[in-house]
Amino acid sequence: MVELTPQLLGLQLVTGVALGAIYALLAVGLSLIFGMLTVVNFAHGAFFMVGAFLGIYFQTLTGSFALSLVITPLVVGSVGMLAERFLVRPLYGRGIDYPLLLTFGLSYVLIELMRVLFGIEGLPSSTPAMLRGSVDLGIGRFPLYRLVLIGATAAVVLGLWLMIEKTRFGLIIRAGSRDPEIVRVLGVDVARVWLLVFGLGTAIAGLSGVLAAPTRAVNPEMGITVLAESFVVTVVGGMGSLMGAVVAGLLVGVVFSMTSLLAPEFAELSIFVLMALVLLVRPQGLFGKAGLMG
Amino acid sequence: MSTLIPAPTPNPEHSTSHADQHADQHAAPQANMQATSRRRLLQAGAAGTVLAGAPFAINIVRAQGAPIKIGFPTPLTGAFSAEAQDQVRAAELAVKEFNDGGGFNGRKVELLVRDDKLNPGEAASRTLELIEKDKVDFIVGSLSAATQLSINAVTRERKVIFNSISQSDAINEAKDWSPYTFHEALNPHMTAGAVARYAFPKYGKKVVYLTADYAYGHEMVRGFERAGKALGATTLADIRHPLGAADYSAFLPRIQALKPDILVLCNFGRDLVNSAKQATDFGLKESTRLVAPVLLFTSRVAGGADAFEGVVGGTSYYWGMEDSIPAAKAFNDKFRRAYGGAVPSDYGALGYAGVRSVLQAVVNAKSTDSDKVADALGRLEYNWYKGNQFYRKCDHQSVQSIIIVESKSKGMKDKNDVFSVASIEAPSESNLRSCSELGHKG
Amino acid sequence: MAPLLTPVLTLIARHRVLSVLLFLLIFPWLMPYEALAVNILIFGLYAVGFNLLFGYTGMLSFGHAAFLGVGSYLTGMSIVHAHLHWLIAIAIGVGASGLVGALMGHLAIRTRGIYFSMVTLALGQIVYYGFYKAERWTGGENGLRGVTVPAFEFAGLTIDFTNPVTKYYVMLGFVAIALGLVSRILASPFGAVIEAIRENEKRAAACGYDVARSKLLVFVLSAAICGLAGSLRAIHLSVVPIDSLHYLQSGQAVMMCLLGGMGTFFGPFVGAAVFLYLEDVVTTLTRHWMAVVGTIFMVFILFFPRGIWGSLIGRWERATTPSAQT
Repeated sequence: MVELTPQLLGLQLVTGVALGAIYALLAVGLSLIFGMLTVVNFAHGAFFMVGAFLGIYFQTLTGSFALSLVITPLVVGSVGMLAERFLVRPLYGRGIDYPLLLTFGLSYVLIELMRVLFGIEGLPSSTPAMLRGSVDLGIGRFPLYRLVLIGATAAVVLGLWLMIEKTRFGLIIRAGSRDPEIVRVLGVDVARVWLLVFGLGTAIAGLSGVLAAPTRAVNPEMGITVLAESFVVTVVGGMGSLMGAVVAGLLVGVVFSMTSLLAPEFAELSIFVLMALVLLVRPQGLFGKAGLMG
Repeated sequence: MSTLIPAPTPNPEHSTSHADQHADQHAAPQANMQATSRRRLLQAGAAGTVLAGAPFAINIVRAQGAPIKIGFPTPLTGAFSAEAQDQVRAAELAVKEFNDGGGFNGRKVELLVRDDKLNPGEAASRTLELIEKDKVDFIVGSLSAATQLSINAVTRERKVIFNSISQSDAINEAKDWSPYTFHEALNPHMTAGAVARYAFPKYGKKVVYLTADYAYGHEMVRGFERAGKALGATTLADIRHPLGAADYSAFLPRIQALKPDILVLCNFGRDLVNSAKQATDFGLKESTRLVAPVLLFTSRVAGGADAFEGVVGGTSYYWGMEDSIPAAKAFNDKFRRAYGGAVPSDYGALGYAGVRSVLQAVVNAKSTDSDKVADALGRLEYNWYKGNQFYRKCDHQSVQSIIIVESKSKGMKDKNDVFSVASIEAPSESNLRSCSELGHKG
Repeated sequence: MAPLLTPVLTLIARHRVLSVLLFLLIFPWLMPYEALAVNILIFGLYAVGFNLLFGYTGMLSFGHAAFLGVGSYLTGMSIVHAHLHWLIAIAIGVGASGLVGALMGHLAIRTRGIYFSMVTLALGQIVYYGFYKAERWTGGENGLRGVTVPAFEFAGLTIDFTNPVTKYYVMLGFVAIALGLVSRILASPFGAVIEAIRENEKRAAACGYDVARSKLLVFVLSAAICGLAGSLRAIHLSVVPIDSLHYLQSGQAVMMCLLGGMGTFFGPFVGAAVFLYLEDVVTTLTRHWMAVVGTIFMVFILFFPRGIWGSLIGRWERATTPSAQT
C-alpha cells in the first residue's frame, strides 16, 4: 500500500482537475442546449466522439493541431445545426421526451457513420509534438498536455462567459432560457437563435473531443460512457446553468480521481451515487433554478 | 462477405421451380432455329421431368451430399471487430482448404458466420439460432470470455461441440466445462505465466499491476503472481480500474509514487492502448518497464509505435515467427496467397486452427456425430501453424507454445513489422493449472 | 379503411387479451426460428411492462433494465446456487424485481419530468455496478451461467426446455397470465387514474386521487412484469448477461414502445416483434445495423409518433366514430 503523502494527494487533485476540465466542457454544451431549447441531447457523447475523429483527421490533413482546434468545432457545429433544423425542430411542442428520443436515435447513426468513414478500430491519436513530455510540478511529474488542456478549457469557458454576459446574442440566450415566449414577442427570430445555440453546444462537444483525443483511445464507442458521465455532471451542477456545469465538472473530476486513489473499485459507482444523492436532496442541482422542468 | 448470408439448403420444391424456369428460358421459338430449339426444349423438358418427378432421389442425394455446417459466432461489430474479421478470414481459409481437398466423403463444409455483437445475450441467441434453425454440426468462435461462456452454456445443454478461440480461465473449470467443450486459445493463466517467467528475471522484482476489474483481469494477476512467487517477485500493489475506462490519469500518480521495476497492464485491447498511452504521457517509462500479458497485433497498430515503445507482452501467434518456425511460414504463405499479401494476426491464426482441428477430427472419426468427433478431437495431435499441439484430457485445453514479443518503434520494414520475437516458450502441461484445481475428477 | 378490417378490429378491441393470445399461439410458425419467437415473447412482455409506466402514466424511466436484470439474476441464482425448482425461482425473480421497484420508485417518485428520467438512469446504473461487483454470486462480467431446467413430467407429457417449441408454449403460458393481468389493470378504475395522471397530474390530485401512491403502485407493477420477462429470459438463454442491467437495455424498451405505439395495449408487443425481427434480418444483410435501427427510430419519431399499432388503432377509431359513418 502506498502512503498518502501530501504530494500524492496534491498530484491526484491536479489529475482530477484535468479530468474535470473535459467533463466541464461537455456539461457546458449540454447545459446550453438544455437551458435554451429544453432539449436533452442524447447525442452529445456522439458529437464528442465525432469531434475526436475529425480532430485527428484535420490535424493529419493540415499538419497543425491549432488549426484543427479551430476547424473541427466549426464542422461539428454545422452537423449539429443540420440536425437541429431538420430533425429536432419538427418536434418542439410535442413534449420533452421526443427530442430526447430523437437524439438517442441520432447517436446510433453518428456512431455508425464514423465506423464507415474511419473504420471500426478507431484512429491512433498522439499528443502534438510541441506539447509532449511531462512537467515536474514539485509534487511529481504531470503531463504537459493535460496542463495545456486545463488552460484551454479555462479560456473557452471565459470566452463563453464573456459572450453570454457582454454580447447581444448572449443577452438573447439569457432571456430565452428564462422566458422564450417574451423573447419571441419582442421580435427576436427565436428559431434562428435555437439553431445557433444547438450548433454552439455541439461545437463545444466537438471541441472537447479534439482536446481529449490525445489523452485516450479514439474509437466509435468512446462516447457511450462519456454521455452517462456528462449527465451526472449536468444534473449535479443544475441543468441549464453554465456556472453549475463548470463547478460540477471539476467536482466530479476530483471525486472520481480521489475515489480512484482511495477505493478504486468504487470509482465509477461513486459518481452515480453522487448523482442520485443530488437528485434526491436538491433535484435542481447546485446552481439550477428550482421548478425548472418540474 | 458471402458467408454472412447463409447459403440456401437444397430443397426439392426449389429444385422443381428452378427446373421450370430453365425450361422456359430455353424454349425460344425461332423459325430457322426450330430444329435446335425444339431439341433443346425436349432436353430441358426431360431434365425438368426427371428432377420434378424424383423428389425422393433428391432427398437421398441431399442426405449424402449435405454440407457439414460449422456455426461461427464472433463480434463483427463492436470493439473487437477488426480481430473478429481476421478470425473469419482465416476460418474461411481453413474451410476452403478442406473443401478443395475433397471434403469429407464428398461432403463440403459450410461456415455460417454470425455477429454476436460482443454481447453475451446476443451470443446465446445466435447460438440458439445456429443450432435450432441452421442445424449446425459444430460451433467454433467467440472473442471474449463472457461470450464464449455464454455460447458454451447453450452448446453443452444440447451436446454440440464448441471449440472456443479466445481467452478464458473459467471455461476450463469443471463448473462450465462439458465433454463437448474445447479450448483452442490460450488462457490467462498460461499467458501471464509465460510473460512473468520472461520479464521478472529480466527487468526486476518489484511489480505493480494495473488491472481491469473483471474476471479476465483478475485471472491474469493470479497467473502472474503464481509464476512470480517462484521467481521471488513482490507485488507492490494491484490497482483495479473499471473495464473500458477511458482515462487512467487517476491511477497513475499513485503508480509513480510506488516506483516499481515493472508495471503490468493487466487489461486487453482498447484498455491496453489507452493505459499504455497515458502511462507514456506521465513519463512512467523512464523508470519502469511496461509489460502486458496479451499484446494484440491490431492493438499495437491502432495504438501506434509511440505508446507501445518498449512494451513487452505475450501472444499466441505473430507472423514474424516464420523466420524460425517452418509451420508458421507455410501458414503465412497460404494466407498471403488467399488475401493479397496480408498476414494473419494472432486471433486470425486461432480462427484457422479452431476450424481445422474440428474438421480433422471429423475425418479421423469418420463421422459427424458429436460424441465420436469429441473423442477424436480429444486425441488429436496437430501442428497447423506454430508447432506441435494437443488437447489436455481433463479439460480439453490446447497445450501450445506461447510467444513473447517486444514492440518495435524503429527499423520497421513495413506496416506489419511491429514486433520482434523475444522468446518462445515451448508447450508444456506444467504451464496450466492442475486438473484437480479446476475441479475435474480423475 | 378496408370494409373487412373495421369489424375485425372491433372484435379484437373487445376481446383484446384473447385475440392477442390466439395470435401468439400461431406465432412461432410465422418466425424463421423458435428462439426468435421466444425472444419476442420475452421482450414483448418487457415492453408491455415498461409501457404501463411510460405510455399510460407518462413517466419516462431510463432505469427499467434494472428490473429485467434483477428478475433474470434472482431466478438464475435460485437455480444455480440454491438449486430451487424453476417455478419457485421465477416467483423469486418476480418478487425481487417488485421489491427493487418499490425501493427505486419510492426514491424516484419525488422527482418529475426530466429529473425522473435522470434519477432512474442513475439508480439503474447503481444496480448495474452492484451486480457487476458481486462476482461470486453473479459471475460479474462473465455473467451467470448454467441456468438449466431439467426435463420433467407434466400431465403425462415430457417437458424439455431444449425443445424450442415446448419452451415457447410454456413461456407463452406465463406471458398470457401477465397480459391478462395488465389488461385487467388498464380496464379498472386504477387504470383510469394513471391515465389521468399522465394527462394532468395537478388535476388528478385536485380530483382527490392519491397521486404519489398511485405512481408508486404502477411503478411496482411495472417492475414486477419486467421482472417476469427477465426470469423467463434467464431460462431461455441459460445465461444471464451483465448488460441486461445497462442503460442501453432500458433504451431498448423505449424504442420498442415507440415503434409499436405507446398507450396502447398491444402496441409494445408489436414494437418488440418488429424491432427484434428487423434486427435479426438486418444483421445478416449489413454490418451497419446500428445506422439502420437509428434511422428507423428517428423516422418513426418524426412521422409516426403513434407507432405502428398506434397508427392502426387511430385509423380504426376514426373509422368507427359515428361522424365517419355517413
